[in-house]
Amino acid sequence: MGTAPVSGPLSPDPRRVTLLAGHYGSGKTNIAVNYAEYLSRRGLPVSIGDLDVVNPYFRTKDSEDELRAAGIEVISLPFANSSVDLPSLPAEAYRLVQDQSRYAVLDIGGDDRGAYALGRYRQYILEEQNFEMLFVANFMRPLTREPEEAMEVLMEIEEACRIPFTGIVNNTNLAEETLVGTVQSGYEKSKVLADLAGLPLVMTTVYEKISEEAAKSIPDVFTLKLQKKY
Amino acid sequence: MAEKVLMKGNEAIAEAAIRSGCRHYFGYPITPQTELAAYMAKMMPKIGGTFLQAESEIAAINMVYGVAGTGKRVMTSSSSPGVSLKQEGISYIAGSDLPALIINVQRGGPGLGGIQPSQSDYFQATKGGGHGDYHLIVLAPASVQEMADLTALAFDLADKYRMPAMILADGTIGQMMEPVTLENIEYKPVEKPWAITGTEGKRKHNIINSLYLNPEMLEKKNLERFERYKTVEENEVRFESFMMDDAEIGLVAYGIAARVAKNAVTALRAEGIKAGLIRPVTLWPFPKKAVLEASDKVKAFVSVELSMGQMIEDIKLAENSKKPVVLCSRVGGMIPTPEQIIETVKNLEGGMD
Repeated sequence: MGTAPVSGPLSPDPRRVTLLAGHYGSGKTNIAVNYAEYLSRRGLPVSIGDLDVVNPYFRTKDSEDELRAAGIEVISLPFANSSVDLPSLPAEAYRLVQDQSRYAVLDIGGDDRGAYALGRYRQYILEEQNFEMLFVANFMRPLTREPEEAMEVLMEIEEACRIPFTGIVNNTNLAEETLVGTVQSGYEKSKVLADLAGLPLVMTTVYEKISEEAAKSIPDVFTLKLQKKY
Repeated sequence: MAEKVLMKGNEAIAEAAIRSGCRHYFGYPITPQTELAAYMAKMMPKIGGTFLQAESEIAAINMVYGVAGTGKRVMTSSSSPGVSLKQEGISYIAGSDLPALIINVQRGGPGLGGIQPSQSDYFQATKGGGHGDYHLIVLAPASVQEMADLTALAFDLADKYRMPAMILADGTIGQMMEPVTLENIEYKPVEKPWAITGTEGKRKHNIINSLYLNPEMLEKKNLERFERYKTVEENEVRFESFMMDDAEIGLVAYGIAARVAKNAVTALRAEGIKAGLIRPVTLWPFPKKAVLEASDKVKAFVSVELSMGQMIEDIKLAENSKKPVVLCSRVGGMIPTPEQIIETVKNLEGGMD
């Protein structure tokens, strides 16, 4: 993984609250799960919160057993993965933003629609001033092929949840067909997006199969394990 | 090589429809097909198309009926309970001999059911669904790429035979993400002299209608329609055959169930058990001939479904009940595992020797 950066999510001193938002299908849940496990491996007390009120399939809860086995507290929607389409937020979710003794990784629903739900936790997050609000970008997704399109989504999310982004995550991939070149081209576009937004590009997330190879030409690579598939 | 993007199945349908020349979408939100409507809402205004969230599914399908009469490519999408609401309108569209595309990203039922994947609308889709004698062309995608490709095909077939077509998908294929290429899709407009486009005083006016108070005329219309259905059955059957050449057990499965069944076949073959898979791509017309031919070779068929054996009837009709057909299924939003299929096949093998 190279030298650890001095600040940001991969630094020795990450922020207490990490929020992952972005276009739907950009890879937020997978990164949230992997990042929570990463913090836990570093010996930090971690809670993961599934605040995705939009998407009923492929959720944090799919990895619940693994996460709990790793000592990570999982807070998810009361009806997640059931047959009830009732997007309600759990009361315990307040603990994620109020209990300052634990690190919190928050998986936010896609687009501005998903980010509205974050608004109610806004005051605690802003008051504590110890958060990282990361925009996850996959430039292989059809509606965010270019930095300008991703920028539009970024601004819509900020407007919906009223929490400013602090960094960009390059998660450009084509699932199993991802090549290092795919990641590299996403990295270039992420840099343009970072410039447009006036934010740092804090990491590039890459599936384990090619992460070592990608890290040769791309800085701040964070390795991901894949979640479930059929 | 054509460029790929990473898409959800629901998005792939939407983008493929746009590339197939569809500029009119009418719908009403329901899980698990929501991304399709969301994609249309985002894209249609940018390309001069119409996205309209109707006040109900019933309103949406009647808007589809209206646009279909003008000869424009038009679609609606929903999930099981919503598709039930559309049935009256679909029957009117079929009765007026109009092309249109209806998407059903199925969820568990009956009733309000659940939001997890299902294939329990098989009867509804393949036997007509609404009132009267009619059929839809029913296509069953098993990957995100097929969500795109079959959407394009559905528009072409609907235009060609002047009948509504349906994509019968399920929540998992709708929600899962896979690399997909859309560059092979091109819009090939066909002449529609029957469409209501304004006569400009130059021709006799066209009429779009499903009401025939003269029974002889209504009978004639029905018979004509079934002549056309016969042509569809002769020309448009599509299926995939996987390891069927020397198969002793023939699995039959479509959509998400076929993906799991394929994994089971591979695992069974590794153990020396000769299993194969017939995967219908068109559910109507059903691949009757492929099943009939297989019935001479296999000892038995296994229908792998996310429903309570609805496809068994079509399998049995196709093979004239020559060989037993057993069910391997999960329902209510559950998906069979390869292990469950393997066990079903092994039990069958044991029982036969």
